[in-house]
Amino acid sequence: MDQRYLLGNEAIALACLESPVGFVSGYPGTPSSEVIEILAAHPDRSSYVEWSVNEKVAFENALAAAWCGVRSLVTMKHVGLNVAADPLMTSAYTGVTGGFVIMSADDPFAHSSQNEQDSRMYAKFAKIPCFDPSTLQEAHDMVKDAFALSEELGLPVLFRPTTRICHSKSNVTVGPVLPYSGKGEFHKDPRQYVVIPAHTRILHRKLNEKQPAVRKRISESGYNQYHFRGKRAIIASGIAAAYVQEIIPPDVSFMKIGAYPIDEEWLAGFVRKHQEVLVVEELFPVVEEAVREVAGTVTVFGKKTGHAPYEGELSPENVARIMEACGFSPAVHYTSVQPVPDLPPRPPILCAGCMHRPVFYAIKKIFRDGIYPSDIGCYTLGLQLGAVDTTICMGASITVGSGFSHAGEERDIVATIGDSTFLHTGIPGLLNAVYNGANMTLVILDNRTTAMTGHQPNPNTGCTVCGGLSPQISLEALCRACGVPHVETVDPYDMVMLTATLKTAKSLPGVKVVVAKQPCVITARRAGVRRGTYRVDPDICTGCGTCIKFGCPAIEQQDEKAWINDLCSGCAVCAQICPAGAIGREGSR
Amino acid sequence: MRDSYDIMIVGIGGQGTILASNIIGEACILEGRTVRGAETHGMAQRGGSVESHVRIDGKFGPLIAPGSADLLIGFDLLEGLRYSHFLRPDGKIVLSERLVIPTSVYVQGLAIPTPEELIKKLSRLNLTLIRAEEVAKEAGSILASNVVMLGAASHQIPLDESSLVHAVQRLVPKKTIEINTRAFTLGRNVGPGC
Repeated sequence: MDQRYLLGNEAIALACLESPVGFVSGYPGTPSSEVIEILAAHPDRSSYVEWSVNEKVAFENALAAAWCGVRSLVTMKHVGLNVAADPLMTSAYTGVTGGFVIMSADDPFAHSSQNEQDSRMYAKFAKIPCFDPSTLQEAHDMVKDAFALSEELGLPVLFRPTTRICHSKSNVTVGPVLPYSGKGEFHKDPRQYVVIPAHTRILHRKLNEKQPAVRKRISESGYNQYHFRGKRAIIASGIAAAYVQEIIPPDVSFMKIGAYPIDEEWLAGFVRKHQEVLVVEELFPVVEEAVREVAGTVTVFGKKTGHAPYEGELSPENVARIMEACGFSPAVHYTSVQPVPDLPPRPPILCAGCMHRPVFYAIKKIFRDGIYPSDIGCYTLGLQLGAVDTTICMGASITVGSGFSHAGEERDIVATIGDSTFLHTGIPGLLNAVYNGANMTLVILDNRTTAMTGHQPNPNTGCTVCGGLSPQISLEALCRACGVPHVETVDPYDMVMLTATLKTAKSLPGVKVVVAKQPCVITARRAGVRRGTYRVDPDICTGCGTCIKFGCPAIEQQDEKAWINDLCSGCAVCAQICPAGAIGREGSR
Repeated sequence: MRDSYDIMIVGIGGQGTILASNIIGEACILEGRTVRGAETHGMAQRGGSVESHVRIDGKFGPLIAPGSADLLIGFDLLEGLRYSHFLRPDGKIVLSERLVIPTSVYVQGLAIPTPEELIKKLSRLNLTLIRAEEVAKEAGSILASNVVMLGAASHQIPLDESSLVHAVQRLVPKKTIEINTRAFTLGRNVGPGC
């Protein structure tokens, strides 16, 4: 046993190696991505690890391994579970023989997400157990128990950490990494694995019959606990339990929920010993609804009484405010303070030299009155450049574009999507757009990586997460195979060619694809690419502001003139857009 | 019941706030103490404002409530000011003199903040300014500015100097151990309370 200062996702990854896990797959998504990266890079790993092309693909791969008796993990962020929901729902019917843990990391406050959904609801929906850690140590221990419980019950187990678990740190006690030496073997059993109606009706009944055993084992797991202290109680789950524990007064009872489904009798026994109960949890009122079902005459405070929010994440100070509002005086009082007003914001921004910026600049110039559906990735930051009109979920730039086209919209439609997102769920949308005769231009922003989540490789990168080489795929050939008649590839740093290519696409009917290809500037720098930097000649600069509005973090304004700082990566795009010709290569003038 | 020493480390994505907070966490492990931390990943890293929370002796959640931090270490003047409300009234702020103007200021044509006005707005606080980049250059690399700042703040941190130095040496890349050890010491020599 070893004490270490670990990131939540590191504690989760180490628990997998201690279990030991035999098969791991997933698709990157903040805050879940580090688990697979850490597993793949671990020197003592003996399990198979892959980045899959999307969450459904990852889920089904891991499920098959679990059907072979192999302990399997699949990782994703909460919205990824929507993509994997189809196999999820029926995997509860078929069950598993090897422990199968589904990690779906939730993101209350949508720090880096398009919504704030609650994966606990999926576990309820699928009728499978769910673990919801409140500390990093618990996250670590739960993963190990989840594998064992999954095997014992023959059911997938959903593990749902939140951002404040995945991306927080703590001292954690970890155990030894164990070698995985098993070999998967599938035993044919059509009544279990072929879900034709005749089989699935029986499987559904069996799943329902398992539920009492599931509740009993959850009660015995030790992750749902209480301390009886008085006539009033607070019940909390997940990270909110940690916030409550820090400030709960000594005469208030405390219950922590970390595992679902909650045993009703056990819960009723606790709730009915009190006069008032406050439920504190993030997002959906999962615990609160369970408490209300058994509360009888006990007063229950929570989201449904308006005391706690349905949205956003909780924090020590807003948990204290919720307690105060319900008459539970917290043991620590936080003074109400306000941030200094009117400071200039510093939002995340596309990097200096990012290939997305010139593409957005050119799209806005060529398709001046166009509509710009976009997608999920770094390039969503193109919003700041006025070149992103819609983003809803992975792959939807293309489908929203074709939908606009068929809805009667007569303006030019220019969709943007990254290479990883295109391979994730973009291809069916493109196929559909061509098949149904949409009029639109698709620009694939091909930087050869999954940049936003931390540069994970994808089939377009040429290597796998464990470093093996993979076959080169051709985005152009993929698009042509979908039936796209016009596919052109262009270097986005070459403004003349980029502009000409977009103009050609604009002039043609149907679905047109432009592949803008340049490596991500961060991966290029790591690979040793160095271009000369650029500077502004102050005698020529007219201070027109064209380069300033381009929004590159390397370009500053000093005394009404532009000035290039040391972030310059030498993409040379600003030199090409400067109307005065004032920007040149360093040392060339 | 609040018995942790709470530190905020703030700056801009890429300035090394995470390494600085990891050093404090590692030093806690060396001293056998509990610790909690929280940090910014993902989208917020792309040149955006970032914050790390570290709670020495923390036993519960990782987040520090506004108005309750004991120490604020800032790698940029504007970011130091942005998070200054996290400090408790008697808290200390150790701040680099560096100022990076956010690109949004130029693009949106906002008033460009000057170091003087930002420092003036911080004058009500127990503030120490550090020429971190200068000191880091003296240590051997401007990239060690984060370790200089940690050194400068280290008199306030309830951990042994030797634990912090040991943690620096454990966590920085092998080739830079010497530079970073020097950066910590030089920083410590110019920090408040030395």
